[in-house]
Parts: sequence; C-alpha cells; structure tokens
Amino acid sequence: MNRFAELLDRLVLTPSRNGKLTLITDYFRSVEDPDRGYALQAITGDLAIAAVKPAMLRALVVERMDPVLFGYSYDYVGDLAETVSLVWPEPEQSANHVPTLGEVVEKLQSASRSDGPGVLAGLLDNAGISARFAIIKLVTGGLRIGVSARLAKQALADFGKVDVAEIEELWHGLAPPYATLFAWLEGKAPKPKQSAKALFRPVMLSHPVEDNDLAKLEPADYVAEWKWDGIRVQAVSLGGVRRLYSRTGDDISGAFPDLVDAMDFDAALDGELLVGTLPQWTGTFSDLQQRLNRKAVSAKIRERFPAFVRCYDVMQIESEDLRQLPFVERRLRLEDFVGLLEPSRFDLSPTIPFSSWEELEALRKAPPHPIIEGVMIKRRDSAYVAGRPKGPWFKWKRDPHTVDAVLMYAQRGHGKRSSYYSDYTFGVWSGPPEAGELVPVGKAYFGFTDEELKQIDKYVRDNTVERFGPVRSVRADATHGLVLEVAFEGLNRSTRHKSGVAMRFPRISRLRWDKPAHEADRLETLTAMLD
Amino acid sequence: MPILQGMRARDLLRPRPEGLYCPPGDFFIDPVRPVERALITHGHSDHARSGHASVLATQQTLDIMAIRYGDGFAGATQAATLGETIDLNGVKATFHPAGHVLGSAQISVEHNGVRIVASGDYKRQPDPTCVPFEPVKCDVFITEATFGLPVFRHPPDREEMGRLLKSVAQFPERSHLIGAYALGKAQRVIRLLRDLGYAEPIYIHGALARLSEYYESQGVALGLLEPATVESGSKRDFAGAVVVGTPSAFVDRWARRFPDPVACYASGWMRIRQRAKQIGVELPLIISDHSDWDELTDTIVETGAAEVWVTHGREEALVRWCELNGIAARPLHLVGYEDEGD
Ligand SMILES: [Zn+2]
Ligand SMILES: [Zn+2]
Repeated sequence: MNRFAELLDRLVLTPSRNGKLTLITDYFRSVEDPDRGYALQAITGDLAIAAVKPAMLRALVVERMDPVLFGYSYDYVGDLAETVSLVWPEPEQSANHVPTLGEVVEKLQSASRSDGPGVLAGLLDNAGISARFAIIKLVTGGLRIGVSARLAKQALADFGKVDVAEIEELWHGLAPPYATLFAWLEGKAPKPKQSAKALFRPVMLSHPVEDNDLAKLEPADYVAEWKWDGIRVQAVSLGGVRRLYSRTGDDISGAFPDLVDAMDFDAALDGELLVGTLPQWTGTFSDLQQRLNRKAVSAKIRERFPAFVRCYDVMQIESEDLRQLPFVERRLRLEDFVGLLEPSRFDLSPTIPFSSWEELEALRKAPPHPIIEGVMIKRRDSAYVAGRPKGPWFKWKRDPHTVDAVLMYAQRGHGKRSSYYSDYTFGVWSGPPEAGELVPVGKAYFGFTDEELKQIDKYVRDNTVERFGPVRSVRADATHGLVLEVAFEGLNRSTRHKSGVAMRFPRISRLRWDKPAHEADRLETLTAMLD
Repeated sequence: MPILQGMRARDLLRPRPEGLYCPPGDFFIDPVRPVERALITHGHSDHARSGHASVLATQQTLDIMAIRYGDGFAGATQAATLGETIDLNGVKATFHPAGHVLGSAQISVEHNGVRIVASGDYKRQPDPTCVPFEPVKCDVFITEATFGLPVFRHPPDREEMGRLLKSVAQFPERSHLIGAYALGKAQRVIRLLRDLGYAEPIYIHGALARLSEYYESQGVALGLLEPATVESGSKRDFAGAVVVGTPSAFVDRWARRFPDPVACYASGWMRIRQRAKQIGVELPLIISDHSDWDELTDTIVETGAAEVWVTHGREEALVRWCELNGIAARPLHLVGYEDEGD
C-alpha cells in the first residue's frame, strides 16, 4: 500500500507527461502482482469499491477525536480525505503489517454495506498517513491524479517496449489484476490472445469553437450537424458479440437490453444515446436520466423511455475498417447502413445545409428541437482519429441559459476560501405574485471574480438572518435581497428538490446589485424550459 | 493556587511591543526591536535582530549573528553556556538545548520560586546538526505553535531523504533543487544525505556558503560542497546533481541554469498537498525544525507545567488541547514572528 500511496503522491505533483510515465513504469517494474494490476485498475478508473460517503468518514473520525480540533484541522486543510488521513489517531499498538494494495482492495470489495465503515476503520488503523490518504481516495471515488487511462496504457507500452495500439487493442479482453498482460510485457509469457470480440475503439472528440476560429475556416470545407444532448456512445456488434460502450470505453450494455436486442448488424457505429419513440418523439436529458446509472431498469421504465442511437459516424462494417476514409465517404456509407437497421432504435443525425458561418450561427441560436445543444462542424476530408485532434472537428454550443435568482443561503468555502462565504444557494419566486415565496433551485460556487467574492461575502455577513454551523441564511424577501444572474447548461426534473428542477453546471454569471429582489425570475420560467 | 501563581508568572514575564519582557530582571527575550538587554534563543532572523545594546546568547548563536549581521551587531555580547545559571538582577536565567538549529536554546527564567521556560523554537526529532532538546520542569511553559494543528505530523527525516535519493536515481537526466532555509535546514538536509551514503558533491547557493562553513567548523561534517554557479558547470553538468538553495532563490533567475529541475522543498508545510501544489513543488520533503503536533503536546506534558502560553503559530488548537487536558493555557499575542519557511 505504501508504494501505491507514494506513487499517487508523486503523480499529483508531477506536471510533465514524461515524468508521470517514468513514475508509472518504475512502479510496474518494482511492484509485484497482483498489486500493480490493482494500481493499474485504480488509475484507469475501473476499480469499483463500495463507496463510503463523506458524512460517514467524518462520523468515523469524530468518534476518535475532539470535534473542535477536527473542525480547526478541516478548515485549515480544506480537503476531507486529506484531513482525515492526517488526523486519524494511530492505535496504541502499532501495526505489524501494513496491508498491501491487493489486500485493501479485496477487503473493501468483499465488505457489505453495513460493515463497510468498520472495515475501512480497521484498514486506516493499520496504515500510515500516505496510505490512509490513498485508501480514502479509493473508497470515496476519484483519485484525481491527472493521469488518463490513455496515459496509463502508454506507460504499459513503455514498460513492455511495445506499441500502445497493441495495448489498446487487447484492453477490453483483459481482466484485473492483469497478470497475463504484465507477464507478456515482461517477456515471461506470450501475448494474451485477443479473446474479446466487439472491442471498443478509441473515440474521436472535438474542440470547442473559440473566438476567432471560424474566421480562418472555409465553410465549404465543412459539414455541420446538430449536437444532441444525450450521451455519446459506440454501438459495436461484431462476430456475434454486441456491446454498447460509453465515450470512455465503459461497457454499458447491461442497462440497455432493449437497444442491444436491436443490434443485429455487423458494424461499429458512433452516435448519441437518447430516449424516445422514433420518429415522433425524442426525450429530454432528464428523460434519458431515468435510464442512466441504474443497475437494473424496470420493464415499465423501458417502455416509457425506449433507448435509441442517433448515428453520427461509422467506424467499421463487417471486416472493413472505415476510419481512414474521409468523413463525407464514411457519411455516405453510414446513410446506406442506417437505412437497413431497426428504425425505432437507430436513426441518422441529419446534416445541416449552410453556406456561411453567419447562417450557421443563426441556426445554432434557434435550433429546431429542445434536445439540441449546439452544432458540430466536421471537416469533409477528416479521417476518424482517436483523441481530440485540433482542427478536423469543432463543437459550437448553444449559449447557456440564464435566470435571475435571489441569494438565500451562503456556506463557508474550503482551503483558500475557508474564511469566505463562497457557496451560494439561490431561489426563484413561486406561488401567487402578491404572497410569493422563494424556493431554492440550485447551488453555485464559481463564476465570480475574487473581488466579487469579497463583495458577496460582505453582503452575507451584513444581511445574516440566522446561522447554523458553516451556513448562514441571508435576508431575502420581496423588498430586500441580492439578485444573482445564474447561467446553466440545462435543466433536469428532480424529485429530490422541492422546486422539482435541478440545474446542470450552474454558475454565477453576474451580480445584479441593480435589480430589486421581487423582479427576479419565477419558477414557471424554469419549469417551462423542461418541456 | 494556579491563579495566584499565574499572576506571579505574569509579573515575571509579560508581552510588550518590543517582545517578551522580564520586569524584575529588566531584560527581553528575542525582542523584535532594539533594546538595552536581550536574551536570544537562536539565530533565525525573527528571533535574533541586530542593534541591541547587549546580547546574551549561546556562543554559537552569537557567532551566527556575527556571520549574518557583521561583527558590530550588538554593543556588547556575553556567551551563555548550556546548563549554567546566570544571575540578572536577582533573576536566574539558564539556557537549555532546544534541538532547533545549531546553538539554539530554551531560556529558563526563575524568580521567587516561579520558573518559566521560554522555549523559542524547538523540535524533538533527532537532528545530526544540533544538540537535542532537553525538557525542563517548570510552572509555565511558553511554546511555539508553528505546526500547532493535529494535521501536522512530521515523518522521520531519513524517510523523506530516502524518497529524494530514489527520485535522483529515477530521473538521472534532471537536477534536483532543494529549497531549504539557510540556517539549519540546509545543513541538516546536506548532513542527512551524507548519513544516507550520498557521496557526490552537493551544489549550494551562495547564500548558504558561510553558514555551512561555520557548521563544518563546529564539527558538523557536510562533505564536498560546490558553488552552484554557471562557472562551475554547464547545464549538462548539473544533470543528476543535487542542488540546495534558499526557498526564495528558486523563483529568481538563478534557478534557470539547471536542466529540467525537480523542485523539492524541505519544510513542515509540505505536509499539506495543496500548499505544495500552489507553489509548484514537485517533490515535497516533510522535514521541519519545529515540533509537530505530537511533539508539542508530548513536550507540554513532560514539562509538568500547570500553565502554557502559546505563541507564534496556530494558537487556538493548542489552547483547546490544553483545556481538554486540564492545563491552563492562553495565547501570548506577540508580534513580529513570521511563519518561518522551515
Ligand atoms: Zn527558528
Ligand atoms: Zn520562530
């Protein structure tokens, strides 16, 4: 565990790609199986461990130390995982055996939900500070070490002196802790057989359009199509094996049996996963959410929200790899191919005819369907390339929505912001206009400048109505309140919030000191955006 | 009678704008402004200032002050021997080792049956470059709180240097630049490298030269030190080298002469990842000349003090800890002592 913890500590602070590669390859060289395999799994983000909620972690630590001292510590450090790793009291009897990464992973994976916290506490008792931090990061999810799965694969390639494409090809056929892979890379065993069919193909991504990008481009060299607000997927059905992959290569077939049933073809397609009944109805992102992140989906939900793929591209048909062809040629092949598929499950993302960027801009601003979040611009001659090459593909997103809301609660921030009220809950008006009340519709903690932060902080302190812990409620009524212009990317239906809506990526876009609180927006404005 | 004793203690030592003052003895401890008579715990610049009429300190602290400020740093000087008591207007003052840097001392002040120990800066981890801390029984213990939060736990210094040597082997084409406070930390880092068997020349920034020479003269062997100047080598020559400089030297042009340097920083602050990240440190070395949380609390218990005065650092947590453990405590609001970068 200590070696893994040390690796994480160094990766976080090592800025250069080459430095990271050296650290990871050295780790693979010096650590044995299965630990290095679990480390690889953790770095590539595939390691699933029963999650421990931050509140549970906090409860575990304040059982063991004075809550006031914990409070001072957390305020100073600003990161819960790090604070707990530092203040966790060392048991009287020091550990005679620091658990290995393999032991940690196995213990945590076999723990039931109810004994999870106890198992975690036992592990923390036997580990040093760095190892405790690594364990907490594993159970709270998200190592955030700035290493992509792709970089980890490059490190494997460097370690075994093979081409990274060989690793990527094999990847989905391998299972953690990857003993056969390491044995091959060390020259101790033959290359693992490519056992899996219907492998994931690295996805091609786009760059956002920036200020002067388009002026330099010739509209005639590009094709435009809508950017749909679902999730990007790859539908691969080859050699009798069917797989639906997310953009990052996660196999999500299990959640979409209805769609997988209809994949009776021999090809690899790139498209947007959406729900709806084609061709009449395409559901919103919040409709799609009924089908996402669920282990099992009931028949009722499947019937109400059937999943389909709106196809953007084709990478392979039967044994023919099409990725080197120019986009327009692939597009023709795609049009022919989609015509043969089950029409309720696969349709074609239409292209948008345009002759100038101004014309396209007008279309982008008034899309024909609410599920469109912008336009994609693709060079006619672009091959399908893995990653995010600059130039061939652009995304040009719709401008964000904005709403004027009233500041209701403010919470103290962490780390550098621990002395500021920097997390804001805001609300909009609901109920009859003469006796309206504010309902909270979201929370934001960025979008403002340091100067504005100081101003809001002062406002919060001067207008506090009530304090509870790190939170203050702020005076907010028809005659008195601070109006915030909040920008957001989209709106989901929510049963967890009293308002019935939840914003996606809300941030403060402007402080409206000039605007009276009663002129802030009403909830109906938001609910109208849902439909 | 703790209250009565407290009052008597406050008659013996009290904060004044110039620093901690002893009215019956008529002297200051580590004053931040020029005074008639100063007792100085150690040579760090926030404790040892120039311009006092007379200074009483250990010989090593006096020597260090002369190196930093020149020979005329005080009107008159007197050397204190560790463990020997000196009478100052009826107040008994004794210097005891503090384990902080070469020459560092705690100052015990005793009068009318009350003993207060002003510990200056101190640590309990073994340090090959100075005499270890000795706990002194007292009624009032004045402690620093630079790292006075339970999050600060310094690992063994050899482990930290071990990580450095591992990195030097891992990145032979790069140089490793260690930021270390010029007095104490730099010499400790160099000495630790030698103790771990590192025999290559170590390159040092000019600001460390005289103090390092002085450490050598006091029996702290530092091995072969070379100036880290362009004349002494081209970029290529510094590949694989270990370079030690003051933390501030790393941001100026001096640092540009090294090939793709790994920025290392030897400091207790490096315990906090965000702090390392903010200042662009790639390899934090958690090595401190101050006590960590456990050292602070263990030392308070060992002194047997009924009352603790807490100064420069995070007073509130240590005061809270004392309260929880039935020890009277209060912050001593002294001004002029900054967070030392060590
Ligand atoms: Zn000091
Ligand atoms: Zn100090």
